[in-house]
Amino acid sequence: MKFVRRIAYRTFMFLLTLVLLVGIWELYKKVGPQDGGMLFGARVLPRANDTAMPHVSTMFSRYGRPEVRGSDKEIWQVVLSGAWFSLRLSLVGFFLGTTVGIGLAVLMARFTTVRRGLLPYLVMSQTVPLIALAPLVVSWGGKLEIGSFVWPRWLSASILGTFLAFFPVAVGTLRGLTSSPLAAVELMSSYAASWRQTLFKLRFPAAVPFMVPALKLGASGAVVGVVVAEISTGLKGGIGRLIIEYAREATGDPAKVFTAVFGAAALGLTMSGLVAFFDLYLMRNRPRETST
Amino acid sequence: MKSLDRVKNIATPFVFGVVFLGLWEGAVKGFNLKPYFLAAPSKIMEQFLKNTTRIWEASAVSGSNALIGLCIGTIFGIAMSFLLSRFRFLSQLVTPLAISLNAIPIFVLVAVLNNMYSITSEIPRRFMVTLVVYFIVLVNVARGLTQVSSIQVELMRSYAASEFSILRKVRVPNAIPYLFTALKVAAPASVITAFVSEYFGGLQNGLGSRITSNIANSKNAAAWAYVLGACLLGLAFYTVSIILESLTRKGQSK
Amino acid sequence: MSAVANISAVEVIGASKIFNEGSDNQVDALLDVNLTIAPGEFVSLIGPSGCGKSTLLRLIANLLEPTQGVISVNGKTSAQARLDQDYGMAFQQAGLFDWRTVSKNIELPLELKGWNKKKRAARAAEMLELVKLQDFGNMYPWQLSGGMQQRVAIARALAAHPPLLLMDEPFGALDEMTREYMQGELLRICAETSTTVVFVTHSIPEAVYLSNRVVVMSPRPGRILEIIPVNLGSKRSELTRAADGFFRCITSVREALRGTHADHVASTAIRGAEER
Repeated sequence: MKFVRRIAYRTFMFLLTLVLLVGIWELYKKVGPQDGGMLFGARVLPRANDTAMPHVSTMFSRYGRPEVRGSDKEIWQVVLSGAWFSLRLSLVGFFLGTTVGIGLAVLMARFTTVRRGLLPYLVMSQTVPLIALAPLVVSWGGKLEIGSFVWPRWLSASILGTFLAFFPVAVGTLRGLTSSPLAAVELMSSYAASWRQTLFKLRFPAAVPFMVPALKLGASGAVVGVVVAEISTGLKGGIGRLIIEYAREATGDPAKVFTAVFGAAALGLTMSGLVAFFDLYLMRNRPRETST
Repeated sequence: MKSLDRVKNIATPFVFGVVFLGLWEGAVKGFNLKPYFLAAPSKIMEQFLKNTTRIWEASAVSGSNALIGLCIGTIFGIAMSFLLSRFRFLSQLVTPLAISLNAIPIFVLVAVLNNMYSITSEIPRRFMVTLVVYFIVLVNVARGLTQVSSIQVELMRSYAASEFSILRKVRVPNAIPYLFTALKVAAPASVITAFVSEYFGGLQNGLGSRITSNIANSKNAAAWAYVLGACLLGLAFYTVSIILESLTRKGQSK
Repeated sequence: MSAVANISAVEVIGASKIFNEGSDNQVDALLDVNLTIAPGEFVSLIGPSGCGKSTLLRLIANLLEPTQGVISVNGKTSAQARLDQDYGMAFQQAGLFDWRTVSKNIELPLELKGWNKKKRAARAAEMLELVKLQDFGNMYPWQLSGGMQQRVAIARALAAHPPLLLMDEPFGALDEMTREYMQGELLRICAETSTTVVFVTHSIPEAVYLSNRVVVMSPRPGRILEIIPVNLGSKRSELTRAADGFFRCITSVREALRGTHADHVASTAIRGAEER
């Protein structure tokens, strides 16, 4: 019962925050300069007119109207299918990234040389914009052939998601695999257990609490990778392209781009929600940590 | 055997790197891979050296966006975290928001920001970086200010110290490592965000747009050279944040 | 159990252990240790911190290799004994796996030996009865108290019915009352299973209460100073703790340790003040 109350309270606070944000938006519209303004000598104040900053109510009502004049599809349908497309790509990227990440982590845990040689690059990779590779990877689409398999363009977006997902998963899993206390490793040694047996019966279960936050990072990485790939190359069908398209029409139809932006937010939240459920399952028998 | 370990720690990744580059070069030459798939490291280096000034200029644009956003975001983040530590109610409002924002590809807001400012302004990109950095710094520093050892706070209370004193003498010193943890994440994030923001249109003078245009013109090796530039930029930011961190560590016995 | 009572349970001959030989942080943990333990005996190792008692235990367990000397367990080399699972081990931290139920924790060594599900479950149930935790099979370790966790650890150590039990300060993290209760339980269990026990401890009363012999070790480099026999009979109880023999043994052990303590404090003439 306490658990439910806590969730209800948190949801309420979250909704309250959203309401406040809407309030700030509308307030700025009321009092802000219609054509943008200066602050400390720089043009940092955005334009408050309806073209640049539509009312929140307009944003929401936009969902019910058709995407293009004369089309029979309402925007919410288009945004939903775009988000669904991107979600599937993200899932592919996430699964690939998790597999590769865990595989690398096991290799690094097993062979110190591999760990020494690879780990610095893994750490570095989290600091450089791998997303820069997006256009390059997407350009493989339709051109790369392996036997009879022609590389589909959407796979490049997933691959970019994989790039961004596998690094945090690898690092987190490695930390988890090497986190077992010496006594536990000695115990397995006293049972004359092989490295493989120790891996599956001790190291992996012990690594789960470390993998949970890593998987969360991997999930958001996959989404970011996919969306950036879509945006930098205009991949058809995804939410990224919708955002770019609608942004171009912003002078005539300012609320449109918001529909797609909210769709992208929903995409991110859905992905993280799926991973959160999976995490709950993974940690189902563990002692509950007192939440901060 | 500690010095041997240290040698191994530096030599092994170096060897891995050299081997990797060698295999890359060999694969491209040996399998005769088309340049649109993979460019050879030698070609990339060639293009990098050829275009160094242009790469530098583009990096300066992306880098300055990142840097401005990083500085402003950090300042606002720290300021807000003080408020959050003082007024717990605020914390309960902001923290769930910050956590959910982690899951969302927040940079898509640049599309919205581009509309709110003029198309030739760099402000949307800087705003975006500021926002991203702000939340990272906020969450971490707030944690540093509030998650102090209860024993220390009890001690201060027994001295009848004011809340402000406790803030100055216990919370702030506790929060400093948290600030640098945040910076180590925020610095590369600022570069990445500055980068990604360029894909939304607007001025095409940063690294991101250069990469796209080079690919559009089938100049893949040149594109890779700009990618290299982007990686160097990101590394530079990260290295500076590490150096800053080590400077503050000098006095501490951690 | 074994019909051939002539084979010692444990034989340590001339064992030495040096860590980081030749470098700046060389540690001479053990020097020329000789020890023979008969089947069914309960032997304690006691000594100041750093005397190498845990190291000696790990040599017997083949978790470490001796720099010099030979160690045999149950007539085999220590390495073979480990491969054959001839001993069970228990540490100060119960070391139970958080993600397994109590029963599954006990089944761990049996899983590694390849036992089938039915056999494992049956043996786990048997062990739970032995340590009097029959109703706790489906609970998780973090739901149990420290003492109960140690009982599970002992059940796990004995699950494969090994002839030898090696214990490294298993009761060190428990409070005094629980400790005394656990000591009694341990004696009962070992009597029922006729297990040989090598027990490392810091506590003199604990060593005396539990053992047939107490091995007193010197500070680094660890040597055996004295082996003190404990003649309190095989049926020990709470009454034993109040017996004169008990206190006399404790005093002998303490004096043997003190002898080492004086050595430890080198040239200062504290010895005159210590002797009453």
